[in-house]
Amino acid sequence: MDEKDIAVKIVHLKKKYRLGVIGGRTLGGEIQSWFAKKRGKEDPNVQIGRDAVDTNESFWALDDINLVIKKGERLGIIGRNGAGKSTLLKIFSRVTAPTEGKIYVDGRVSSMLEVGTGFHEELTGRENVYLNGAILGMTRAEIDRKIEDIIEFSECRRFIDTPVKRYSSGMTVKLAFAISAFLDSDILVMDEVLAVGDVKFQQKCLGKMSDVSQDEGKTVLYVSHNMETIRQLCDRCIVLDRGKLIYDGEVEEAISIYADIKRGDIASFTDLRKAKRYRSVRLVRPASFVSVEFLGRKENLFKNSETVSVRIIIESELEYKDAKIRFGYNDIYERKAASSFCVDIGDIGQGKNELVLDACFDGLVGGSYRTEMVLFISNDFGSVREIDIIPEAFYFEITEDNKQFEWNTMRWGAVRLKDMSCRSRK
Amino acid sequence: MAKKWTAIIEPPKKIVDLKLNEVWRYRDLIWLFVKRDFTTRYKQTILGPLWFLIQPLFITIAQTFIFGNVAGLSTDGLPQVLFYMGGNVLWLYFSTCLTSTSNTFRGNARLFGKVYFPRLTTPIATAISSLINFGIQFLMFLGFILFFIIRGANVHITWIAALTPLIVLQTAILGVGCGIVISALTTKYRDLQVMVSFGVMIWMYLSPVIVSGSSLSEKTYVLMMLNPVSPAIELFRSGWLGSGTTPFLFWGISWVVSIAVFLLGTILFNRIEKTFMDTV
Repeated sequence: MDEKDIAVKIVHLKKKYRLGVIGGRTLGGEIQSWFAKKRGKEDPNVQIGRDAVDTNESFWALDDINLVIKKGERLGIIGRNGAGKSTLLKIFSRVTAPTEGKIYVDGRVSSMLEVGTGFHEELTGRENVYLNGAILGMTRAEIDRKIEDIIEFSECRRFIDTPVKRYSSGMTVKLAFAISAFLDSDILVMDEVLAVGDVKFQQKCLGKMSDVSQDEGKTVLYVSHNMETIRQLCDRCIVLDRGKLIYDGEVEEAISIYADIKRGDIASFTDLRKAKRYRSVRLVRPASFVSVEFLGRKENLFKNSETVSVRIIIESELEYKDAKIRFGYNDIYERKAASSFCVDIGDIGQGKNELVLDACFDGLVGGSYRTEMVLFISNDFGSVREIDIIPEAFYFEITEDNKQFEWNTMRWGAVRLKDMSCRSRK
Repeated sequence: MAKKWTAIIEPPKKIVDLKLNEVWRYRDLIWLFVKRDFTTRYKQTILGPLWFLIQPLFITIAQTFIFGNVAGLSTDGLPQVLFYMGGNVLWLYFSTCLTSTSNTFRGNARLFGKVYFPRLTTPIATAISSLINFGIQFLMFLGFILFFIIRGANVHITWIAALTPLIVLQTAILGVGCGIVISALTTKYRDLQVMVSFGVMIWMYLSPVIVSGSSLSEKTYVLMMLNPVSPAIELFRSGWLGSGTTPFLFWGISWVVSIAVFLLGTILFNRIEKTFMDTV
């Protein structure tokens, strides 16, 4: 390929993040920790029983990405949550720096602000166009030239001299998008900004993006979870998974690979021998989960009304009296949704133990869940001792039987208690 | 043939790069930030821009009452109101520059997290918009000087007053310099943010805002003049009111200190801006 046609060249790009608590510490605390370490004592600032799996471990959010993007290409970037999509865009728009590797860029890059990030409430729409345009790298003269087009596209002409705080959220989105769409940049970076706004305006935006790409030769990098918009806008697509680039090419192919990874997550059999353990049981544990399998299924796709059987294999070096198991369910927002217990498995013997439990997800609303598996014993006083904890044991998806309305997990929670019934009415 | 790239994004390097040319390219943004600060600061307030005047005026009145009348501190034979106002006008500019830039990273975290522009534009814009406040307050100060001259008070403007732009510039460089050092450090250590407000208060008492330089013993005077804000205040007052000391040598030292702090701040600032999104 001719080097002249390249808009972006990414070479061995890596980004490392530290897990656990970063920043937000006080100077005093840091000195205290440092002293404790010097004297070989335990760090007094590490919380006990914290949820983070590890403290000083780091992980690669991006692991050796190599990519060449030609001028005028509209590249879609897809992958699960945490696959590294946003990190890639962040590095690209220079919000954060890479740990290793380089990106060569030819042309001016502009990243689309999330809805009105740079907007000031008290300023009018017009003033905000200038301010936001300048934040995105335009000069005042450039904005002067384009202001009419921007106002026209945003459909906000009537309110353009009104303070933005009086705008509806839809209008804010429209104005914000209009500014980015008319940027004089060569490379446009977008992170799911089109997820908001009404459908009609969304279509208008996608149309505009295709136009600028085809007519003006702008390069577009677009991250989304919405496969429809990817299909509409992009002519090439990459799939990221756990920081690695696993596919680069046709859009349809990429989408089907993405669907496969998502499905792989909910395979019914999970080997737990190498699964990541919670910190307190990582090094020493007399008993461990070996595997978990939902019987009679290929995938963990359940209806919330059915009861399913799950086989759990535990290997133990000791005997435990009256052991118990807990499944903790976390929703996609990483909130703890609910837990279910099995308290009648009885004693765990030395060697291999095979248990089959009947599980029921009654009450969990539709969606995908991460399950934490815990093996524990409790004494007569009711306090609990955990023997094995796997925070990320398996995933499953719940579908609901009869939906009268779309459940809003964000606001209503992930558990729908048994509906109330109306006993009398006057 | 090697291709010419517009930009190369790579891991942070340790070499010093102030990127001032980039800041210059974004000068329109600085201007718009200044405009934003100015137009939004007193929206939905009854007195509006009058607040620019009320603040130093009330501080001056309070100081005149407490330090001038009750404590009876020397004001170099100047009218007390003028003496305190002269110190306050410049001090307020310095402290505003410092406190408002010290919050740069935390206050703009959301914006900085979404889009790249030279971060240094924000503290520079702050310094300029505070300069407008200073200008208005300075005009008020001139009005008072005029009033007292007409009344026949012992006040005369000397040639040192011509140095005012340089005095203000040095104050701005120092204030912004300290502010960005703090803003860079607060991304990691939040306690500094708490220290700023009372640190600035203590700093004021270490400057000749309330006490006049000439009333101090020589040793104390030297110590106070080593504080890089002091010579500026002392010269400012000498120039416009015609009384007080003229510590030119110390002012030279202040310039060196101010520029050093500013450079240190810029270096820290540029290093932090590349990774602060991961730590804030």
